[in-house]
Amino acid sequence: MNAKAIDQETLLQNERDPLTHTPVHLLSLEGVGKHYGNIIALSDVTMAVDNGRVTCVLGDNGAGKSTLIKIIAGLHQHDEGVLNIMGEDRKFGSPRDALDAGIATVYQDLAVVPLMPIWRNFFLGSELTKGFGPFKYMDVEQMKAITLKELAEMGIDLRDVEQPIGQLSGGERQCVAIARAVYFGAKVIILDEPTAALGVKQSGVVLRYILQARDRGLGVIFITHNPHHAFPVGDRFLLLKRGKSIGYYDKKDITLDELTGQMAGGAELAELAHELEQLGGHGDVVKEVKAEVADVSDSVNAGVPKPA
Amino acid sequence: MTQTLSKAPLPIRDERIGKRNPLQKMLGRPEVGALVGAIVLFIFFSLVSPTFLQPASFATVLYGSSTIGIMAVGVSLLMIGGEFDLSTGVAVISSALTASMFSWYFSTNVWVGVGLALLVSLAIGYINGWILMKTKLPSFIVTLATFLMLTGLNLGLTRMIGGGVSSPSISDMDGFSSAQAVFASSVNLGGVEVKITVFIWIALVAVATWVLMRTRVGNWIFAVGGDANAARAVGVPVKATKIGLFMGVGFCGWILGMHNLFAFDSVQSGEGVGNEFLYIIAAVIGGCLLTGGYGSAVGGAIGAFIFGMANKGIVYAQWNPDWFKFFLGLMLLLATIVNLIVKRRAELK
Repeated sequence: MNAKAIDQETLLQNERDPLTHTPVHLLSLEGVGKHYGNIIALSDVTMAVDNGRVTCVLGDNGAGKSTLIKIIAGLHQHDEGVLNIMGEDRKFGSPRDALDAGIATVYQDLAVVPLMPIWRNFFLGSELTKGFGPFKYMDVEQMKAITLKELAEMGIDLRDVEQPIGQLSGGERQCVAIARAVYFGAKVIILDEPTAALGVKQSGVVLRYILQARDRGLGVIFITHNPHHAFPVGDRFLLLKRGKSIGYYDKKDITLDELTGQMAGGAELAELAHELEQLGGHGDVVKEVKAEVADVSDSVNAGVPKPA
Repeated sequence: MTQTLSKAPLPIRDERIGKRNPLQKMLGRPEVGALVGAIVLFIFFSLVSPTFLQPASFATVLYGSSTIGIMAVGVSLLMIGGEFDLSTGVAVISSALTASMFSWYFSTNVWVGVGLALLVSLAIGYINGWILMKTKLPSFIVTLATFLMLTGLNLGLTRMIGGGVSSPSISDMDGFSSAQAVFASSVNLGGVEVKITVFIWIALVAVATWVLMRTRVGNWIFAVGGDANAARAVGVPVKATKIGLFMGVGFCGWILGMHNLFAFDSVQSGEGVGNEFLYIIAAVIGGCLLTGGYGSAVGGAIGAFIFGMANKGIVYAQWNPDWFKFFLGLMLLLATIVNLIVKRRAELK
C-alpha cells in the first residue's frame, strides 16, 4: 500500500463535519461503479466531499470523470457501491432529486439555453413566483434585480440581463453558472472542467470563484485534467484512469510534481521521449521530457507501486 | 409599491460595450418581420381594393384570420417548445366529429358530445407528446403517423356509424342553440357583426402571451425548445412541458372543431387535410424559429392575420383566387427572409 494514499477507513473516522462535528461527510462515495451494457465505465471509486473543502477529480480523457459526475448529479444511477449524502444512502432518479439534496452541477456545456436572456437562464427551473394557484406568475423585476446583484458580487460587469446568454464569453457564462449554483443554496457544487476551454487569465478568474465558493462553506468537486489548476485550489485529489481510482491523496501528502507524474504515468512519458528522439525532435524538448521522466520515476520509486 | 427593492450596486461598465438603443432592441423582437409584412400588405390591399377597408369586409378578414389564428396560438407555443404537429388539421375535424356523432348516436344533449370532444382532443395531444417523449423520434414522423391514422379514422368511423361521408345534422338536438351561442355566434360592434371566434382568438393570444412571458411554464417552454438537455439538467420537467404543449394544441383544435360544427350543423369527414400547414405557416411567418426556442404568440397571431388579409383581400380586389396559394408561398418566403435580416441586424449592433 502506498504510504501517501489516504486510507479510506481512517479518513472516514477522522473527518468531522465542521458544523455538526459528527463524523459524517457532506457527500461520500464508497466503491461506486457503473457499467453501460458490457462496458465498465467506472469501478470501485471512493471519495468524500466536505464543507469548505475542494475535492479535485483528475484524469485524462475517458478516465470516467464524466460518468462520476453524472452519478452524483442524478443523470445516471450507479450499479455498485454506496452514494452517501449527509450520512444517508441515496440513489438519485433525476437531476431534480440531486438539486433538492443540495447538489448543483455546473456542466462543461454549462446547461444554459443560449437564446434565452441571462435572467431567465439564471432562474431556469427555480423561478420566483407571485400569486396563487393558476394565477401564479413570475416575479420578473425581482429576478432581474437578483441576477444583476449576484453577478456583480461575482465581479461580472453586466450591461443588460435581457441579453441572450449566448452573447457572453465563455468565462462569463461559467461565472453565471457558478453564481446560479451558489445563489440557489447548493451545499455541494460540481464543476465539470470549468477551465478546459478558457484562456490563462479567465482560468485564474474561475479558480478564484472556486475558492470563493469554498470559503462560503460549500463542498466543491472540481473536475479537471490539468493538475496545475487543481493543485493550488484542491484539498484532496482523486486520480482516475480508465474507470478506476489510481490514487486518493490529501494535499499535505503530495506535491504538484508527484501529482503530474501520477497523472501522466512515467512509462508513457519515457516512451514519448524515445519517440521524439527517433523523429529527430528538437534537443531541448527531448531533454525536457527526459527530465520529466526522471522526476516521475523518482516519485514512482518513492512508493507508488504499479497497479496490478 | 414594487419599487421597494434595493437597487443593485452599479457594476463598472465594460468600456468595449456600447449602449444598445431602444429601437434596435425593439427590432430584435421575434414578430417584427411579420409586423412589417402585415403593414405592407394592409396598405397594399387598402389601395387596390376600396371595399377592403369597409368595416363589414374587415370583420370578414378578421374572421378568416381567427380560424387560422386560434390554432396558430397552440402551434406557435409548440414550435417555440421545439416540436411541431402535422396532425392538427385533421384533429380539428376529429374533435368536431366526436362531438356530433356521439350526441347524435346516443341522442344526448350536445354538450355531452362537446365535453367528450374536449377529452378526445386533449388525449390526441397527450398521445402525440407521450409517444414522442418515449421513442425520442422526430415529431415530424410521430405526428405524420397520427395525421394519417386520424384521417382514416375520421372517414372510416363516420361511414360506420352515420353511413355517409358527413356527420348527420344535429341542429334539432338539445343544447344546440346554447352551444352555437358559445362557439359560433356573432357580436354586434357598432353595427358590424363580428364573429365570436375573433374574440376567442384575441383572448387565447393574450393568455398565451402571458403564460409565455410571465409564468414559469413559459420559461420552461423557451428552455425545452432552446436546449432540452440543458433544461433537464437544471430541473425543468421537459417531458411534462412538451406533452402539455401538445395538449395545448389539442385544446385549440377543440375550440376550432366546435366552431366548425356549430357554425353549420354537420361536418365533412374528409376535411381538414392540409390545414396543418396553414397553422405552421402562420407561426413561421410570425417569427417562430422552426428549430425552437424563439418566437412569440403575438407573432403567430400576426402570421394568421397576414393569411386572412391575403385570403380575403384577393377576393375584394376581384382577382382570381387561384393566385392565393402563390401569394401565400411568396409571403412565407419574404416574411422569413425579413425576419432573418432584421434579427441579424439587431443582434450585430
